[in-house]
Amino acid sequence: MNKEERLIKRYKAEKRFQFYGKAAIFMALLFLLVFLTKIFSTGYTAFQKTWLVIPVNYNADLLYLDPDKKPTTEDINDADFYEFGIETFISLDPDASEDQIMELKKMFAFTFERELKYYLLDNLDSFGKTVDVKLTASDDLDQVFKGNYPRDIPENRRRASDYQLKIFDKLNEDGRVISEFNASFFTNADSREAELAGIASSFMGSLFSILVCLSIAFPVALLAAVYLEEFAPKNRFTDFIEVNINNLAAVPSIVFGLLGLGVLLAVFGLPRSTPLVGGITLSLMTLPTIIIAARASLKAVPPSIREAALAMGASRMQTTIHHTVPLALPGTLSGTIIGLAQALGETAPLILIGMVAFVNTIPGTPMDPAASLPVQIYIWAESAERGFVEKVSACIMVLLFFLIFMNLGAQLIRHKFEKKWN
Amino acid sequence: MNSVIFLTIVLLALSSYFFGRKKAILIQSNKRLTALPKFYGYYLAIWCGAPAFLLYALWSIFEPSIVRFFILSDYSSQGLLEGELNLFYEKVKSLSRNQYSGELTAELQRSAEKYLNFRDIAKWSKVVIVLSLLIASTGYAYTKISNNTKTREPVEIFLKGVFFLSSLAAILTTIGIIFSLLFQTIEFFQVIPLFDFVFGMHWYPAKAFVRDASEALDPSMYSDTFGAVPIFAGTFFIALIAMCVAIPIGLLSGIYMAEYASKRLRQYAKPVIEILAGIPTVVYGFFAALTVGPFLKDLGLSLGLEVSAESALAAGGVMGIMIIPFISSLSDDVITSVPQNLRDGSYAMGATKSETIKRVIFPAALPGIVGSILLGVSRAIGETMIVVMASGLAANLTLNPLESTSTITAQIVVILIGDQQFGDPKTQAAFALGLSLFIVTLVLNIVALSVVKKYREKYE
Repeated sequence: MNKEERLIKRYKAEKRFQFYGKAAIFMALLFLLVFLTKIFSTGYTAFQKTWLVIPVNYNADLLYLDPDKKPTTEDINDADFYEFGIETFISLDPDASEDQIMELKKMFAFTFERELKYYLLDNLDSFGKTVDVKLTASDDLDQVFKGNYPRDIPENRRRASDYQLKIFDKLNEDGRVISEFNASFFTNADSREAELAGIASSFMGSLFSILVCLSIAFPVALLAAVYLEEFAPKNRFTDFIEVNINNLAAVPSIVFGLLGLGVLLAVFGLPRSTPLVGGITLSLMTLPTIIIAARASLKAVPPSIREAALAMGASRMQTTIHHTVPLALPGTLSGTIIGLAQALGETAPLILIGMVAFVNTIPGTPMDPAASLPVQIYIWAESAERGFVEKVSACIMVLLFFLIFMNLGAQLIRHKFEKKWN
Repeated sequence: MNSVIFLTIVLLALSSYFFGRKKAILIQSNKRLTALPKFYGYYLAIWCGAPAFLLYALWSIFEPSIVRFFILSDYSSQGLLEGELNLFYEKVKSLSRNQYSGELTAELQRSAEKYLNFRDIAKWSKVVIVLSLLIASTGYAYTKISNNTKTREPVEIFLKGVFFLSSLAAILTTIGIIFSLLFQTIEFFQVIPLFDFVFGMHWYPAKAFVRDASEALDPSMYSDTFGAVPIFAGTFFIALIAMCVAIPIGLLSGIYMAEYASKRLRQYAKPVIEILAGIPTVVYGFFAALTVGPFLKDLGLSLGLEVSAESALAAGGVMGIMIIPFISSLSDDVITSVPQNLRDGSYAMGATKSETIKRVIFPAALPGIVGSILLGVSRAIGETMIVVMASGLAANLTLNPLESTSTITAQIVVILIGDQQFGDPKTQAAFALGLSLFIVTLVLNIVALSVVKKYREKYE
């Protein structure tokens, strides 16, 4: 092998190596792209909700009300809207058999009684008339309409029967199937029925947990960082505290769940499944993150600031509280937000302290049982119904939105308020 | 009642701040102050609030157990068991709240009356004692400031004490973790021999059905149930798969970022790759279960392989993607901190860039890179949700990546999801697994951090 050939070979190796590097970065970016595309393409349909607009005859006889008198709110509240609903559904196909009536009923969400009643309460004029009323379609038809269910497979492997599809297509031809923004996804609590399930309860659970976490972790971490950075003598004990903090930052999150279960629930007897316990557990987890960030920004404050304050006769404590801490605050805050974003995405410790319970009410205080957004993702992902898949993706989109928002906020605080020395 | 006492303390402390400041201004008219007037206020407020609050907190913590002791002291001589005493006490409490619906005995009624009585005494004595302590300590502080003693120093010492207590939170958390894991684990090993746990080949916690508390514990019932070998093997196996994905991609992209990438590519690609580390793990779990698992299964079918829908490969692969940014940014940092003169020397000898990286920079940066990989491994071992959602929950002892396996973290979730019964070997097994997880990750972290630290010192 002569010199020239060897050089060509070496240059080829150089090119190859560079290509590997580029390929690795490309792969990492590709994973992210595939991942986000998949989530968005399965999730965006959940923001639309399918309604069936059907003619409803608010006939006094069908409701067993007095036809000559305008009904009061109480009359309507007492009336039986279940039978009335069934009668209304029969009017879609007057020849329906017993079984077919049940199938007709199953085309609608089980809340049809409430929806029919509230429509009448809001529009008392329609009493005695036939009007078009918008009812929530069942999960199966919702999925069919969105094209998530194949229609061309044998009937016994399908959730929606041929009969239901026939009626549905007829309604669709008449323009009676409409798709609107799914507000109930944001205002409803969790439900066993995919078409009614919403994220309000888990959102409140997350919010309360994060608030509890913030109100414990931020002050404790800031004070601890100030002590370690400004006052602590350099000795074995403070070294030990430091080792502890660094190790806690790398302990798997599930271990904090075991801590919450074994100490907060079993020893202190705090209420299970509540954002209070979840928040305390998460605060122990975020504590090291915030301490490390706060210490880094305290370290970045130049000694000249402290010396100037001391020279003017301020005590150590006054120097710290009046000068050092305010200058270190932007960095601490952005570290806190990043820590909270981590806590917001955490699932495993919350599962262990029982925040996976099925909660169909919206919690009003941190002491009420609740789920959280990531736990909601887990709960829905584990349920078999096809309608929940898009809900999971939509819930992920909401969660990612908050995470991106928080991280951008942290960046903004850092760039805008942090002083650059030197 | 409790919140009323708490609010009263806070309000009194706040008003004593203003009172103290005013007093200082009065003193100022004929004497020189020892500190700024606000320190007189802080001094009085701290003496007013802190002792009372401390007593109030301690009282609230210990009151229930003291009341319980007095109620049960009538019965403890009768040779009843601990469990029976507990049950009796619960009955007394629910009777006193008028929620009792069982058989009413004279004993029960007498104790319930006594209980209410005690609670009343405790409540009022708490109010009286806390308030009198508050008045006494405030009075003491007031005479002090009237004599114009030093106030700034005590206030600062108090603040420093509060700062110091906050810094103990990290130690307390560690103690809490060890305490909660160790106690349950010790109880577990009293039933299951340590040897069976560490070397046993079968893990079927479902076999250990929840036992009635009144039944005696029969250790033979649990033989061959809690053998953790399949779990440990599965944990390391999935971590291995994850590292097979994460190390090449993470390391190569880290090297490229540090040595080749233009400033613009670094500026944009680095934060985008780091997004991968910020995505919640439950989201990765969903992605692995919904997309990667079925994809691998179909791929396997077309190749004539039998792939489980919940394979170790799907969970490990997705976990690897999650770990890429940890390895790439850490190795990027490590490589950038290799001194420039090493590179210059190598170029001067006529080496190409890639030869310099492979023969000079990589060996120089190796300890730091090993440290970053160890941190990645510790992440992989502690990762929970991806495995719970994408790999199986049954503990298979297998080395086939196409089958399902389970990990320590996944088993902890499986055991503890839903209702737990403390004192049951099944629940304790989860804590024993947690302790082994804690020890393994602790050792990995300490080794990794010390390797990285030593490496940094070498070049600084």
